[in-house]
Amino acid sequence: PHSSQPPVSTAYSAAPPPSYTQAPPPPVSSAPSQPPPPSGPAASQQYYGSPPPPSQQPFNSSLPPTSQQQFTSSSVPPPPSQQTLPPSSYSGPVPPPSQAPAPPVSLPQPAFAAGPPPTAPVSFPPRAPPPSSQPGSFPPPGPPPTSAPSCQYPGPMPPQQQPPPSQPFPYHSGPPPPRAQMPPTSMAQSNHLPPGPQGPPGPPGPLQQPPSQPGMPAGYPPQQNGAFGQVRGPQPGYAGPYPGQPNYGAPAPAPAPAPPAQKRLDPDAIPSPIQVIEDDKAKSTEPFTTGVRGQAPPLVTTTFQVKDQGNASPRFVRCTAYNMPCTADMAKQSQVPLAAVVKPLATLPPDETPPYLVDHGEGGPIRCNRCKAYMCPYMQFIEGGRRFQCGFCSCVTEVPPHYFQHLDHTGKRVDCYDRPELSLGSYEFLATVDYCKNNKLPQPPAFIFLIDVSYNAVKSGMVNIVCQELKTLLDYLPRENPEMESAVRVGFVTYNKVLHFYNVKSSLAQPQMLVVSDVSDMFVPLLDGFLVNVNESRLVIESLLDQIPEMFADTRETETVFGPVIQAGLEALKAADCAGKLFVFHTSLPIAEAPGKLKNREDKKLIGTDKEKSLFQPQVGFYNTLAKECVAQGCCVDLFLFPNQYVDVATLGVVPVSTGGSVYKYTYFQAQSDQERFLNDLRRDVQKLVGFDAVMRVRTSTGIRATDFFGSFFMSNTTDVELAGLDCDKAITVEFKHDDKLSEETGALMQCAVLYTSCSGQRRLRIHNMAVNCCSQLADLYRNCETDTIINFFSKYAFRGVLNNPTKAVRDTLVNQCAQILACYRKNCASPSSAGQLILPECMKLLPVYLNCVLKSDVLLPGADVSLDDRAYLRQLISCMDVAETHVFFYPRLLPLVRPRTQHRSLLDEEGRLFVCFMWAAASKRKGSCCICSFTSSACCQPVHYYQHCSVQPDENKSA
Amino acid sequence: MMTTYQEFIQQNEGRDGVRFSWNLWPSSRLEATRLVVPVSCLFTPLKERPNLPPVQYEPVLCSRANCKAVLNPLCQVDFRAKIWACNFCFQRNPFPPSYAGISEVNQPAELMPQFSTIEYIVQRGPQAPLIFLYVVDTCLEEEDLQALKESLQMSLSLLPPNALVGLITFGRMVQVHELSCEGIAKSYVFRGTKDLTSKQIQEMLGLTKPAASGQQGRPPAPQDGAASCRFLQPVQKVDMNLTDLLGELQRDPWPVPQGKRPLRSTGVALSVAVGLLEGTFPNTGARVMLFIGGPPTQGPGMVVGDELKTPIRSWHDIQKDNARHLKKATKYYEALANRSAVNGHSIDIYACALDQTGLLEMKCLSNLTGGHIVMGDSFNTSLFKQTFQRVFSKDYNGDFRMAFGGVLEVKTSRELKICGAIGPCVSLNSKGSCVSENEMGIGGTSQWKVCSLNPSTTLGFYFEVVNQHNAPVPQGGRGAIQFVTQYQHSNTQRRIRVTTIARNWADAQSQIQHIESSFDQEAAAVLMARLGVFRAESEEGPDVLRWLDRQLIRLCQKFGQFNKEDPTSFKLSESLSLYPQFMFHLRRSPFLQVFNNSPDESSYYRHHFVRQDLTQSLIMIQPILYSYSFYGPPEPVLLDSSSILPDRILLMDTFFQLVIYHGETIAQWRKAGYQDMAEHEIFKLLLQAPLDDAQEILQTRFPMPRYIDTEHGGSQARFLLSKVNPSQTHNNLYAWGQETGAPILTDDVSLQVFMDHLKKLAVSSSA
Repeated sequence: PHSSQPPVSTAYSAAPPPSYTQAPPPPVSSAPSQPPPPSGPAASQQYYGSPPPPSQQPFNSSLPPTSQQQFTSSSVPPPPSQQTLPPSSYSGPVPPPSQAPAPPVSLPQPAFAAGPPPTAPVSFPPRAPPPSSQPGSFPPPGPPPTSAPSCQYPGPMPPQQQPPPSQPFPYHSGPPPPRAQMPPTSMAQSNHLPPGPQGPPGPPGPLQQPPSQPGMPAGYPPQQNGAFGQVRGPQPGYAGPYPGQPNYGAPAPAPAPAPPAQKRLDPDAIPSPIQVIEDDKAKSTEPFTTGVRGQAPPLVTTTFQVKDQGNASPRFVRCTAYNMPCTADMAKQSQVPLAAVVKPLATLPPDETPPYLVDHGEGGPIRCNRCKAYMCPYMQFIEGGRRFQCGFCSCVTEVPPHYFQHLDHTGKRVDCYDRPELSLGSYEFLATVDYCKNNKLPQPPAFIFLIDVSYNAVKSGMVNIVCQELKTLLDYLPRENPEMESAVRVGFVTYNKVLHFYNVKSSLAQPQMLVVSDVSDMFVPLLDGFLVNVNESRLVIESLLDQIPEMFADTRETETVFGPVIQAGLEALKAADCAGKLFVFHTSLPIAEAPGKLKNREDKKLIGTDKEKSLFQPQVGFYNTLAKECVAQGCCVDLFLFPNQYVDVATLGVVPVSTGGSVYKYTYFQAQSDQERFLNDLRRDVQKLVGFDAVMRVRTSTGIRATDFFGSFFMSNTTDVELAGLDCDKAITVEFKHDDKLSEETGALMQCAVLYTSCSGQRRLRIHNMAVNCCSQLADLYRNCETDTIINFFSKYAFRGVLNNPTKAVRDTLVNQCAQILACYRKNCASPSSAGQLILPECMKLLPVYLNCVLKSDVLLPGADVSLDDRAYLRQLISCMDVAETHVFFYPRLLPLVRPRTQHRSLLDEEGRLFVCFMWAAASKRKGSCCICSFTSSACCQPVHYYQHCSVQPDENKSA
Repeated sequence: MMTTYQEFIQQNEGRDGVRFSWNLWPSSRLEATRLVVPVSCLFTPLKERPNLPPVQYEPVLCSRANCKAVLNPLCQVDFRAKIWACNFCFQRNPFPPSYAGISEVNQPAELMPQFSTIEYIVQRGPQAPLIFLYVVDTCLEEEDLQALKESLQMSLSLLPPNALVGLITFGRMVQVHELSCEGIAKSYVFRGTKDLTSKQIQEMLGLTKPAASGQQGRPPAPQDGAASCRFLQPVQKVDMNLTDLLGELQRDPWPVPQGKRPLRSTGVALSVAVGLLEGTFPNTGARVMLFIGGPPTQGPGMVVGDELKTPIRSWHDIQKDNARHLKKATKYYEALANRSAVNGHSIDIYACALDQTGLLEMKCLSNLTGGHIVMGDSFNTSLFKQTFQRVFSKDYNGDFRMAFGGVLEVKTSRELKICGAIGPCVSLNSKGSCVSENEMGIGGTSQWKVCSLNPSTTLGFYFEVVNQHNAPVPQGGRGAIQFVTQYQHSNTQRRIRVTTIARNWADAQSQIQHIESSFDQEAAAVLMARLGVFRAESEEGPDVLRWLDRQLIRLCQKFGQFNKEDPTSFKLSESLSLYPQFMFHLRRSPFLQVFNNSPDESSYYRHHFVRQDLTQSLIMIQPILYSYSFYGPPEPVLLDSSSILPDRILLMDTFFQLVIYHGETIAQWRKAGYQDMAEHEIFKLLLQAPLDDAQEILQTRFPMPRYIDTEHGGSQARFLLSKVNPSQTHNNLYAWGQETGAPILTDDVSLQVFMDHLKKLAVSSSA
């Protein structure tokens, strides 16, 4: 156990890097060592023998490796995409892994200690230990205990078992369950207690029988056995397509053989993300219709068309599970998070209809009297259509006369299909004045550009670029109707230690500069002439943008302020009585005397300590207060950073993150090389559709409740998500918890209503309805969940966790939960299999791989060269990502680049392809797909700079 | 005898700009007090003297440290020893070497009697340019703002080319415009609600080296150009730029909601103006010219809130202690005024609005710094436009009729002490042996600062005879007073004007007749009026009136001839005959009566009353009424309701208003258009005559009076009716049964009644 901890860390650190690097050179012999990092995750995904353990944290490193190795070999064929893995997997690896396991069994600890190499092998055995936990699990709570699965392993089990008992303790005692094996333990925690008692039975007996019995007794036996038996049937069915799939079917059998079997694990049977993605693509040829409750949509990587037939499109809402457990106990047992990722204003492809706008007249949208849910397909009309019963709270409400309609023989309203709110999953209501701030219809929003003109900003070329670009960009302000002129007004401010506002009123021949030096008590010096219509003031604005770079060309001012800058924008919006967005272009740590002044607190020594979390927290409370004010005014802040040194992103980002804004960061910005990247971001940021002053409320049917929210927003109470700005790229992850039993008949309903002001100044409500099934069998849950969404939830959960917990604890929690999920599956849903066998549900077969990626992200496990700012930046970046984005972010796509020039042959593989890892990175969210395209289609495209995680050196990359 | 005195008085006034209440001084303190009217004088320091060329050397001073009196014609000179004796402290001083050639036949100008007033040009120190800082309210109606902008643009051409000019505009915010920049017009903005210290202001304006707060005697040197010049530039350099800037001036862009007043940050704007000058040009002649179109409604110095439903304070509110902002605002502006005065910067207020603009609170800005106050209804009136233009009028030499940074010092011979001064000045707290402990007006000092002066600026000085009764002044002795005025001439020269006067002492017991006949009742009326007005600023109106009455009664008792308890026997000698009448009108004047006047108007009237010369002051106390008729040439008539006749045209000059009143018949004729008929040419001429005379007055007076052309029954006739003595009212009209004159609907007492009472009280032994 002791060793286990170290291994964990070592494994990780060692593993990841090596994996990448090593990967290419597919070291046959050293397979074990190689397996660890990169491939590890991938490999682990497959149900590899050790599956359960892999899920567990420590193991990850170790386990993955093993799996990787094996997988790699197996995956090799398909996975060309996974560079590292394939190689490693080949020849060498396979054997070693198998061997490894064996030894590990005996020397589990050493193995761990050893670290990477052994890990792979070790992992397996160790996992066996988990089994120990299994027993525990069974007992009371933890049927889910992942450990159960491990038990299955024949060989390893025994030896491990013994250790296991001890292990559990460690876990219990210490959150930091050192054991790599422990993974289960963590889960076990709940289970653990039980394990104690059961422990004994578990270990020995369990091995073979355990699966069935232990679980069974717990109370869900029927599921397991019954379901499982049957499940099996289905599983194989699933499996069909992938080589990996076989796992289910195959693994079970395989395990039986015991350790040796592991060795022989068929590499082809290992799940590969690429394969899964490809397969899903192949499967999804039909448009996806949302009419069927509980149906999981195609993966985010698949291109498909959606037809709204009563539930929100997966582009708006994706759930972790489309079949929710009926009871809280089941949910707890499975540990599968119940969450939805909502992207309320998502952009739809051109072939899909955007949500219809419904106007219910002066009375406003029709709502349930009690829970205030909005009219939707879940409302049941009764009494001939005179009343309707709410699908969420069952309250009966009178239908207002103007909305009355007769029912047909099926009890449906005759006009059902004429009304979007009765037939569609997503639509919009026109809000009345009651839904507006101060009961006043909103003014059109405003965009304010606040440009740092201190020495660094001017010297790096940023000021010049921004000013030049704005001249054209201002013609592309967001508008709902492309024919119309944008209603958005614009204003300009430059600043260093003081602020300069500009009067660009159309009647002026020249812009006027108004200097405000009183930064301690910010105010807006003018109203009329500050926010203007672009077309009316075009000449003055252009003149201004031409002159700004000149005016400050010789500036020697190096100090900047930041708090007052946002205050200025906020005050301007307040004065104009409108909502809006601030675009702040900022370069340095604000050290000038002013509110919100910051100190340089970069201290790398804190990394890895319990104080590490403080680095993610803002250093002053000022910005939290300011953010609150911004939200109240509907003032969204987008921050573009051009730092040459530490700027304290964790603090500067508070306002953007709380107001639904974005942070962009261009470290060491150089006009020549970074211009394109920055401009792409800027263009998209300015043009994208955005709503303001938004409030999101998630209502659910009885039995579940939205309990937690993740994203860029502010919450002043526990139910309302307030977003000063909400653009089409922002997603909010909502976690649900049971507060009662759900019924399989009615399923679980949720309605996400977003009240916002459109960019034309119209107050609207966007409604997304989602109904999912409920199940009393855990197998149904596992059959209808979505790993990508789960990862989205996990990552947001973990990245928020680092604010208050040591990163290590956060990592451990993740690993434990994953292990528990899989353990629960093994115990309750899978048919008995060998103790060393990792059993992965079809829908979650990539879970371990992906989770490993999360664990190795710079936030949770920073490399030596990752700055604090980068971590803080990434942490905030993730918070508003949707599923597709987290998917690419955590599992970067690796694309073959057609050989450009021969002299770089050294970089090329034998097929003449240069492997380039594309990292979905910092700045340009949307650019991801574009860049990939250009890589695949053209070899001479502009090199991408996201080489943070690339295995190819940047320079070489560029030369390509 | 009388004629002698009148000539003497006129001659003195013409030469020295001095009018004394008594031209013979009682030789003891006791006697002096019994005279009721103190020994006092009106002094016009810069009285225009075309025949007085300044001398190009510096004055010779008495060498006694606490005297420093200037050599003057009253000094005894020993030409042989080249020694002169100071006539104030009797110190014997040698002449400076440059006076070596002095002899009885070769005397310097300052020793000649006709040079009792003499002006020296001091060649020391760098010449500082004049500074004009416009502080402009932008919360104006479009039409008003346009007119104001034009006036300001026009004024640029009137300024001396090397004068520095600056611009501050304000509404809800305060903007200090940078005048030196090319391209984008740049200004620094201050929040209108925040009171900033001078230091903060200078820091925020980027005046990197804020000068140590101005101290006395610091040489008036502009700070290093670069910093300050961004805001204050020579007119010749920036007039184009500034003309454009003024042209583009927008109305305050902040919306004014229904039922609200615009937010006007006058207080902060002034604070910034004062802070800017303080930091850049301390002790240099400068004019801050404030143009306002309404009351300050926010920030420090706020006079009224922005809610229209809350009206601006009235006298009624003030008496009920119901003026919420009054004390705070007054205090704020006084502090600003004092800072400004210390640095020698004067502040003008040009207030044009139909309602009050807060002059009551702000008056001290001008009163303490010698600035002008001009009150009008709109900037788009000739009253404002011409008055403003007249600020820049020039004298016979082509120099501006304005002087800056004046320091006026008074020296007295030992039998006298100085009690105080009343006028547009502040005390410099210079205590000396000639300063009395008995304060009248601004006392406790022998030096006053008058930041801005013009040729008509007149101060009242009050003295006390300290000679004890038992220590008689030697026969033939004379008391002397010396006024030393140092100032910056508008051509930027430093100058010193010295006026030395002397009067004979007289024993009041034996020579009371002489003293009585030396009484200058006009000067005395104005001097007493100033005392009354000065008191009225701090005391309740009725108390002041009672005090004035008391003084009048005592004077009548002292000098009247009567038999006890017999009012009909009461008589006053000629030298006092008009005095009670002046007092009668003074009691009715807007300086002491607030009825029918807003607090702003009262402040405005008082402001001018305490600075104008004697003639103008008398007009203010007792307006002049001329009558035009077919029966003879225009003639002055009694300011009495009996003068209002149907076939007369009246021209009344109250200083502030010029009223032409057409009698009933004349008005009918005019309406019938007789003046346009050839056969009634003479009528046309009659109509024209008062217009021409009015025009003459309008041409010269500053500020330009409100011109009112009205007729019998016209609403504006009230201006006339409120001034005339109500000898006929609705109460006595029928009793008198006369057909002449116009009854005044008032309960005010008439002069007749007033005099009756006065006589009764004067002869009463109990009074």
